[in-house]
Amino acid sequence: MKTLILTALLGIVSMLSEIFGFRKYLWTILVLGLTGVFCVNLSELTSAYQYFPNMIVFDHYAGVFSGLIILMALVWFFISKDQYDSNEFNQADHYSLIMFTLTGTIVLVSFTHLAMLFLGIEILSIPMFILAGSRKKELSSNEASLKYFIMGAFATGILLFGIALLYGATGTFNIHEIALIASNNSGSVSVLFYTGIFMVMIGLAFKVSAVPFHFWTPDVYEGAPLVITAFMATIVKTAAFAAFYRLFNTSFVSLLPQWGSTLSVIIIFTILTGNILAVYQTSVKRMLAYSGIAQAGYMLMTILLTRYESQDALVLYTSSYALSTLCAFAVLHYVIKIKGNDSFESFSGLGKSHPLLAVIMVISMLSLAGIPPAVGFFAKFYLFSAVLQEGYLGLVIVAVLGSLISVYYYFRVIISMYSGESETESIQLTVINKAVLVLIGCIIILLGVTPGLFIDAIKSLT
Amino acid sequence: METSILIFLPLVAGLISFLLPDNRAKQFAFAATLAEFAYSLVLLLKFNPQDTLAYATSIPWVKSMGISFSVGMDGISILLVMLTTFLIPLIILSSFRRSFANSNYFYGLILIMQSALVGVFVARDAFLFYVFWELALIPIYFIALIWGGENRKKITFKFFVYTLAGSLLMLIAIIYLYLQTPNSSFDINQFYAVGSTLSSTDQALVFFAFFLAFAIKMPIFPFHTWQPDTYTVTPVQGTMLLSGIMLKMGIYGVIRWILPLVPEAVHNYGMPAIILSVIGIIYASIIAIKQKDFKRLIAYVSIAHVGLIAAGIFTLAEESLQGGIIQMLSHGINVVGLFFVIDVLFDRTKTLELSSLGGIRNVAPFFTVTFIILLFSSIALPFTGGFPGEFLLFVGIFQYNPWIAAVAGVSIILGAVYMLSSFQKIMLGETNQLTSGFTDLFTSEKLVLIPIIILIFWMGIYPETFLEISEPAVKVLIKGTGTSLSLK
Repeated sequence: MKTLILTALLGIVSMLSEIFGFRKYLWTILVLGLTGVFCVNLSELTSAYQYFPNMIVFDHYAGVFSGLIILMALVWFFISKDQYDSNEFNQADHYSLIMFTLTGTIVLVSFTHLAMLFLGIEILSIPMFILAGSRKKELSSNEASLKYFIMGAFATGILLFGIALLYGATGTFNIHEIALIASNNSGSVSVLFYTGIFMVMIGLAFKVSAVPFHFWTPDVYEGAPLVITAFMATIVKTAAFAAFYRLFNTSFVSLLPQWGSTLSVIIIFTILTGNILAVYQTSVKRMLAYSGIAQAGYMLMTILLTRYESQDALVLYTSSYALSTLCAFAVLHYVIKIKGNDSFESFSGLGKSHPLLAVIMVISMLSLAGIPPAVGFFAKFYLFSAVLQEGYLGLVIVAVLGSLISVYYYFRVIISMYSGESETESIQLTVINKAVLVLIGCIIILLGVTPGLFIDAIKSLT
Repeated sequence: METSILIFLPLVAGLISFLLPDNRAKQFAFAATLAEFAYSLVLLLKFNPQDTLAYATSIPWVKSMGISFSVGMDGISILLVMLTTFLIPLIILSSFRRSFANSNYFYGLILIMQSALVGVFVARDAFLFYVFWELALIPIYFIALIWGGENRKKITFKFFVYTLAGSLLMLIAIIYLYLQTPNSSFDINQFYAVGSTLSSTDQALVFFAFFLAFAIKMPIFPFHTWQPDTYTVTPVQGTMLLSGIMLKMGIYGVIRWILPLVPEAVHNYGMPAIILSVIGIIYASIIAIKQKDFKRLIAYVSIAHVGLIAAGIFTLAEESLQGGIIQMLSHGINVVGLFFVIDVLFDRTKTLELSSLGGIRNVAPFFTVTFIILLFSSIALPFTGGFPGEFLLFVGIFQYNPWIAAVAGVSIILGAVYMLSSFQKIMLGETNQLTSGFTDLFTSEKLVLIPIIILIFWMGIYPETFLEISEPAVKVLIKGTGTSLSLK
């Protein structure tokens, strides 16, 4: 709860910074503040607190995910500083919207009441609609904002309808009570209930951009400013998955046979469509959007799992994906600065002209493609083992096939960096920029080499 | 502990090499690999062949999943580790007269590759094995991509995807076996115990998943299509790594991870594997005869040689297993020598077209002599390194099925055809414009070839030295596959 209050407070601080003229120090304040929030969150991890009678619970699951989200946000603050220093955006407004989004994500990982799920999604989405359109003189940014807004509103509508149906069928909003009702009458649950489940599933599938509800993703990712895309692709997605998993694994787990096959079909299409369409992209940003769709397919598999390890698999996979994607966006940001566009060709010769950027990009691409020793490999391995353990051999084979396709487009970046001719244009990275990049690269490798530490850390907190 | 040093010494050296200035990397890498070789030699001298597992370490790595950093060597492992540590200093030495842009990265990648290769040969944990297996692929991919020749983008990518596709199937099989182990472990002995209790169909699936990964790496017909192009496009040091050592990963994988793991499936499906291998031998030999480019010729010859080793190993006869192991060593040493000769040829004449060379014998006698020794060893003339291995392999295959041995035996004749005719085209006849100014070997080049020649004769004249080391391990292997079968 403290985490929730503190992030909201930080949002208000950002708003005030313009009025009281301490905008210069805002970045530092927020980074220190988030570090503080992270520590507070750590201290709360070991026990479960309930707030607003049965609406929000800060249990282990919420603690781990809010910790992860805050860490990712810290990384995001470091890699996006560059962009905000150039004064392209109004820093105070942007940062306050970002902080409110974070508040929304924390509601999403800790809800126990369906109204809070809805509120969390709204708190998170509305600032994102604005942020996506924050490059207001650019048509594509406006388009992104509008598209995101309309699609987002549509999805929340469906979600809300689903929630209403669930309430109609069970007479409660509490996810644990719904679970109880579902498991007690698993043979004779009303049609309303099933319809509710599918509506909620569709609403959440929109949020995690699963096929066939993914159409907004590439356009919005492409149109939104790069730093916002990075934020959406990692932090927002993680929160949406945490919510998805929490709801389905708590409330509907006893009805898995009924909705599992539908989700399996969604997963298969998400993996294949995302991977195949990513192959045809000419812009790296769009490629990352489609690869994000494909990765969402892998992450969705955790929702089918009933064992306890599936939580670890989800935490490991989302954090590995988010870290690698943030890293890729950081490099992409510099490449756009150098070359002015984000096509695959603009990466050519980067290995010669900017070896550091190239090496970091290689690490990130290897991690996303799931090749050792980067953490992405271990995350995939852990996830596939967990899925195989529950007997979904077909899904794992599709996922492996998908990973194989993904090598094509991830390696296109690598090939282009190391085979093309380098051009004379270059930029000087500051020491801090370099340090941040090297740090993320090292973490990706280090977590890949010692995944045990990470998993044991998650487990030991229970 | 000792084995871990063998793995981490080159890894650390490789990382240091990345940070070194461009012009220092070469000497540094050479010194590091020499130290590694010296250390492995000490271990070999202290090694008792009767030990089924020497220098073993096992440290929990990911405790909650039963993954451990578990390494150790038996006779087979130590021979392959020696092959790696012996060849890599020579490979680095062979590049001394060449210059590469960003050579600190070049040598760094070679060193990291060495670490991964040693890791593959000593891993006693399936997860660890897989990680090293994949890790070995990345440096060679970058070596070929950054320093390779024409069309390298497409060719290296094909190579990467082919090998990765095979590995991913193996990964599924590994996870599957892991889920069958009673206390969730990736330990090799637990895998052996589980593997032989699986039903026939499950064994067959595991067998094919592993076999595909190894067959692509070796490569066995028809999974070889990536190989000739990749060998041609890669800088010659990379080709040496690929053919001299990396190819042995596939054969080693069969010995370590297929034969004792799913013995019943090996008995049931060994025959198709042998037939594929034999088709590969004949097919590659015929194509080799037709080649106009000498580097491509040697690439195809490699397929033929590996095919014979693979065929021998699947017969499960002690003779052919022993022969396969010594042939791996001899082929590795020999092929590195041959690719070095190719490098020298290309360095002096800038072409590898067989038709445009000729008469080199008249101007470079030392070079010609070393070349012919390599060539004789390649066609397995008695008293050269190729002979004992090939002989033992044929003994095993003959016992298994005389017809297959007869067909495979044709390769001996074909081998003589392509090797002698290429010798004739390159070395004999009159010198022409390209070859008249051919300078004989420089000292640094002699330093590469002399150790290779010494070993070729050593293996040819007294193969016992090497056979003794692997014999107990091979006996254990055969006993393992035999008993688990009779228990059924």
